[in-house]
Amino acid sequence: MFSYCADPKTLEGLMWLSCYITTAKHMSFYVSFLVVMGLISLAAPLAMAFGFAGAIAARSSIRVFRLIGKGYLAMIRGIPDIVFFLFIPIALDQAFEFLRHKVLCSDVTEPIRQGNDFVVCAAAKLPLSTASEWVHDMYGFLLALLAFGFVFGAFTGNVLSGAMTAVPKTQLETGEAFGFSPRQIFRRILLKQMWVYALPGLSNLWMILIKATPLLFLLGIEDIVYWAKELGGIKTGVYEYKACHLHLFQIHLPHHYH
Amino acid sequence: MNCFQTLSDYSFRSLGYGERLLPKADITLCEQFVLIGSGMIWNIYFALLALLFGFFFSTILALGKNSKSSMLNVPSRTFIFIFRGSPLFIQFFFAYELFVILPKLGFDLNLGFLTITVETRWLTKAWLGALIVLFFNTSAYAAEIFYGALRAVSIKDIESADAFGLTGTKKFKRIIWPTMLRLAWPSYTNEAIFLFHATSLVFFTGFPAWQQKGDAIYYASYFADKTFNPFIPYPIVGLYFILMTLIVIGLFGLINKKLNKHLSPNERSKLRIKLKLIR
Repeated sequence: MFSYCADPKTLEGLMWLSCYITTAKHMSFYVSFLVVMGLISLAAPLAMAFGFAGAIAARSSIRVFRLIGKGYLAMIRGIPDIVFFLFIPIALDQAFEFLRHKVLCSDVTEPIRQGNDFVVCAAAKLPLSTASEWVHDMYGFLLALLAFGFVFGAFTGNVLSGAMTAVPKTQLETGEAFGFSPRQIFRRILLKQMWVYALPGLSNLWMILIKATPLLFLLGIEDIVYWAKELGGIKTGVYEYKACHLHLFQIHLPHHYH
Repeated sequence: MNCFQTLSDYSFRSLGYGERLLPKADITLCEQFVLIGSGMIWNIYFALLALLFGFFFSTILALGKNSKSSMLNVPSRTFIFIFRGSPLFIQFFFAYELFVILPKLGFDLNLGFLTITVETRWLTKAWLGALIVLFFNTSAYAAEIFYGALRAVSIKDIESADAFGLTGTKKFKRIIWPTMLRLAWPSYTNEAIFLFHATSLVFFTGFPAWQQKGDAIYYASYFADKTFNPFIPYPIVGLYFILMTLIVIGLFGLINKKLNKHLSPNERSKLRIKLKLIR
């Protein structure tokens, strides 16, 4: 980055460090912090939206909604979140491409699933194979964001529905006594009062969300963990051995299907 | 190929027995169920052993954190803070890289009747390395739970113990420890469930799956890669984990009943499964 870095012979003391920490790889490492922060700042409101929808659905008087809502909130307790982080991006990707295929290439009669392949017409590919690099990156980021929103939405939903049941019944009954309709009670009393009970849980969730960001690495995003691994991966005998290993036994960290 | 054949070929594939090659083409539903189930052996292994060892270590840590002497207090607090404060994902990465750079040594361990050579190389393998990470992690989380319970032990109980002339270890073993367990049990059940879920991270971090002997999620993602269809293997994993979660709840519920036996019905603490804790 600095002009004196061009000639390593002239470097002394801390000048060496200043060159080292401004290499292209290190710069990508610093940028990846922004990527992660961008993701959590977008994932938090998305998770709130998912969670809110889930919590409301779980209290719905319509049976189907109630079942869906309760299922959504309960499933996260029984199934590891990694499963969702692996499943959702691929599933969403295929769902989007499937829909685009149906709409854009309605003349193609061949089935989409041919044996072990998922074949959609070129126009339905997401992103298009002609799209530039950043579009691909952006699409990967978007899928990761949706996965985070979905999983943390379930967590948030649990907190919110717990908060809704914690609101004292007497307050709701007071609303009823004033002649409020159920909808008014929900909007004017329940929604306002539940925050007091929800906030501690939500602040806890925020911490958990920050701690979960290394999982982005699993989703093929070049995040902090990715660059830390790149920077930390010294080439020693052991690492060559490990690289061999990776090729021989095809251990793949899940990567994006594009 | 019928399902019985698959069952005998792949039931213990995750341990290295049976058919060596994983199914490649024409993957059947049966193969997915059997192989993913076979991978569950590893999840159960990690969870069971980490929980077992962690139970004792976390009690020690909780006592350390509760102790007045800073010699015990500070290390316990630091340990708990580090393992609860950092993501498990990073702990796996870090531990693996650390174990890899350790010198390759062998120690002879004399057990009296036989001598086994303990090798530091084992640490880079998931069965030991990842187990140690999970053990430390669950110890820290459980220690915090036990510490909270230890502080919640009613002063009346302790005073009654004193009045009966119980002191030292006897007081701890008969009064404080059982009460601590009873108070902590619902949260500890939660911890056990989420430790179970955390085992699914093992083969997605540093630890390589040697000769494709992996856990349930490893095989599920293998199938998702091969068939390009995530809609079958992942729900299967989900199903297996839900089953295991129900079994954990059942077993811990029985222990909870035993711990609460002496109380009147309205004093008993119900097992309530609360949510999450990503590590």
